[in-house]
Amino acid sequence: MSGAQNREAVFPTRQSLGLMKAKLKGAQTGHDLLKRKSEALTKRFREITRRIDEAKRKMGRVMQIAAFSLAEVTYAVGGDIGYQVQESAKSARFRVRTKQENVSGVFLPAFESYTTEGNNDFGLTGLGKGGQQVQRCRETYARAVETLVELASLQTAFVILDEVIKVVNRRVNAIEHVIIPRTENTIKYINSELDELDREEFFRLKKVQNKKQRDTAAQDAEMRAKRDAKTAANQAEDNKENKGSQDILGEQEDADVIF
Amino acid sequence: MAAPPSAYKDRQFLAVIGDEDSVTGLLLAGIGHVTPPPDSQKNFLVVDTKTSNEAIEEAFERFTTERKDIGILLINQHIADRIRHRVDTYTAAFPSLLEIPSKDHPYDPEKDSVLRRVRRLFGE
Repeated sequence: MSGAQNREAVFPTRQSLGLMKAKLKGAQTGHDLLKRKSEALTKRFREITRRIDEAKRKMGRVMQIAAFSLAEVTYAVGGDIGYQVQESAKSARFRVRTKQENVSGVFLPAFESYTTEGNNDFGLTGLGKGGQQVQRCRETYARAVETLVELASLQTAFVILDEVIKVVNRRVNAIEHVIIPRTENTIKYINSELDELDREEFFRLKKVQNKKQRDTAAQDAEMRAKRDAKTAANQAEDNKENKGSQDILGEQEDADVIF
Repeated sequence: MAAPPSAYKDRQFLAVIGDEDSVTGLLLAGIGHVTPPPDSQKNFLVVDTKTSNEAIEEAFERFTTERKDIGILLINQHIADRIRHRVDTYTAAFPSLLEIPSKDHPYDPEKDSVLRRVRRLFGE
């Protein structure tokens, strides 16, 4: 039963009973809310995983096309442009910025790609020949990178949501399986202790009443006895007096006085 | 809970660890960035057969933990395989780690650390 284990260390008083009841109510409300939050997040999470799966497949295709266009460039330029490209890279034209999206209280950052205009590090690449192919390759790769950025935001959302869902579920379970039973146990314990006190009090009152009744009865008896004794004594005295006293009115015949 | 905004506010670059073709293509798209001197750091690393695993790991470490301006790290899948233990234990949200296919190595979803996590979560 609700033994000493698995309950909070409180004194079984009416005040703490009220506190515990309020706490139980709060825990139940919190549990409901958290559960709903977890469900909303899980729904979002499933959607994201589905989209990740799709995006990964798409990425495979896109990267293949991009690699093919690079091969075209190599063929058209007639040599490796890798070294030249690596050396002329100075400042990123293609950048990402992060924005936030709020999903039931969780901020999910998402990447957004943008290109800074004005700097072109590869103006001279493919100047001799294959300029058109280089241009096309750049466009293809830019599209591929956009896909990659999209995938990266999905993945970041995935990682963060995964973590948040774990935390929320842990809280839901903690409330459901630890806090609520423990509070219920405490309430039960306090109730039983209070009942016990009530019974004790009742018993004590009864005892007191019994004793009082007994006392009154004894007192009554004593008083009656005293009164009886007194009346008896009075009667006896009366009798005596009656006997001793003479009729002053002269019921008895007086002897006539002769002068 | 979720990462504070300061953790990703300044992240605006992409970084790449890959073979020569992938890096060239991505650089052509315009992701290349070299920080101004004196310590000019590139945000890309070209890996060939001669590059040691230690060098790859060091670059991975630099892009993921040291530099705070990288939002997405792209890594070729066959290179990720070479430092698979590091990639699999990487769980941070920022920078986001993305395994990409390369020209010579088609994409294998079974090896992707994120997709594997997806599969594990759904019990497949």
